[in-house]
Amino acid sequence: MIKKILIANRGEIASRIIRTCRKMGIASVAVYSEADKDAPYVSKADEAFLLGGPRVNESYLNATKIFEIAKLANCDAVHPGYGFLSENANFARKCAKEDLIFIGPHPDLIEKMGNKVAARQLMELNGLPVVPGLSRPLVDSKEAVWEAEKIGYPVMLKAAAGGGGIGMQVVNDEVELLKIYEGNQNRALMFFGNGEMFIEKLIEKPRHIEIQVLADTFGHSVYLWERECSIQRRHQKVFEEAPSPFLDNETREAMGNAAVKAIETIGYYNAGTLEFLVDVDKNFYFLEMNTRLQVEHPVTEEITGLDLVEQQIRIAQGEPLAFKQSEIHRDGHSIEVRIYAEDPVTFFPSPGKITELKVPQEEYIRHELAVHDRSVVSHFYDPMIAKLIVKGSSRSQAIQRLVEALDFYKVEGIKTNLPLLRQIAVHEKYKQGETTTDFIETYIKKNGTTI
Amino acid sequence: MSEVIASMAGSVWKVVVSEGENVSSGQEVIILESMKMEIPLAAGTSGKIKQIHISEGDFVNEGDVLAIIE
Repeated sequence: MIKKILIANRGEIASRIIRTCRKMGIASVAVYSEADKDAPYVSKADEAFLLGGPRVNESYLNATKIFEIAKLANCDAVHPGYGFLSENANFARKCAKEDLIFIGPHPDLIEKMGNKVAARQLMELNGLPVVPGLSRPLVDSKEAVWEAEKIGYPVMLKAAAGGGGIGMQVVNDEVELLKIYEGNQNRALMFFGNGEMFIEKLIEKPRHIEIQVLADTFGHSVYLWERECSIQRRHQKVFEEAPSPFLDNETREAMGNAAVKAIETIGYYNAGTLEFLVDVDKNFYFLEMNTRLQVEHPVTEEITGLDLVEQQIRIAQGEPLAFKQSEIHRDGHSIEVRIYAEDPVTFFPSPGKITELKVPQEEYIRHELAVHDRSVVSHFYDPMIAKLIVKGSSRSQAIQRLVEALDFYKVEGIKTNLPLLRQIAVHEKYKQGETTTDFIETYIKKNGTTI
Repeated sequence: MSEVIASMAGSVWKVVVSEGENVSSGQEVIILESMKMEIPLAAGTSGKIKQIHISEGDFVNEGDVLAIIE
């Protein structure tokens, strides 16, 4: 049984994991950079240790220092959260060598899923539909042109190792493809150390719908329904909800069953998320698998009543899943919005000192906060400062509650995307469930007014 | 004369040009980095880089003048 967990992360997710540790009677150890010494999660943990300077390679990516602290504090497990080392197979492998339980899947599967080309190949072999395209890296720009011709423009050019929307570009014709190919490849090499590119058909007006799975180490897997995360800016999610306003039960079950079958075949365990694109005709295509807890996991928790961090810990300490697929409930509707420290129109980052923070309190509102009312939001990290999660018995009630919550929500001292979130929440098209990935470009004008 | 102004708070990731260099309008001169995002700053006019007020790694605030082109 796990007694003490080191949380190799920061911000809201560190606080979130500490909460479950406390509930389960497990001691928590936080690690922090110099920039985070006053962050809420540091004081919430049972113990906290300084990692180093504010830069991520001096702190949250410094595996050597993390292992030193784990040994010093006598931890028996590491929870990596999301981002940072959470999808680093070598880190997971080293945990085992250091006699620490890595709360996540087998390192070999982290590695496979980390490469989009390999993941696509593997999942296609295991019965998941994929977007039409090439299931291996392109040799050069000539082959890219040849393949694009076969698939039909517009196509999407992607870096195999890309993530978070970096390394993806829509290409409309051959001239454009030839023009950008090498630049994109060089950029991928620079950012990810891997210049492999692949190409696939552009699915127009798609929705981004993902299936949450849980699997124990005894070969038992379940899915916890879907989350729809179509509304994005710069290819990063802004709104997430469960259930999806678009799926019918038949598609929902088909996606869930396909996901479970695929992860059982590859021997996956712990929590994971299979991301799909769903087209206007409700065809679904596997996109990628995230081998970790997702930022938007709370909406799944809200509709199922399950604590995903608790499930991850139980699986990691060798417990079998305590429920069958047929015992997983789905109740009500939940929406999460991500509050970013950024300009609501240009999306440019806005780090700085928060001078006032006022958040609404209701029994149907859940907050995951990375900051308090005097926090300095550092430019060294991701701009997400908080998540606001609401629940309603229906989607329309959840939206109504979200709008009220956003009206009350106040962050002063820095710019945030709160005005944008509110514009989306009150938009007629959002209420109608027209949640496609181009929602912001289509319905929210550049000057910040609504179309 | 025109100024290259920081469009956001963050650190200077790269200074692409040096003082005395001729640049053309629209050319990237400085790249800022903040919150995992890189934002290139372009020259507003063609001309010679008269002064660069910052070095790589410096922290700048939104609105700061980073370089002057004449």
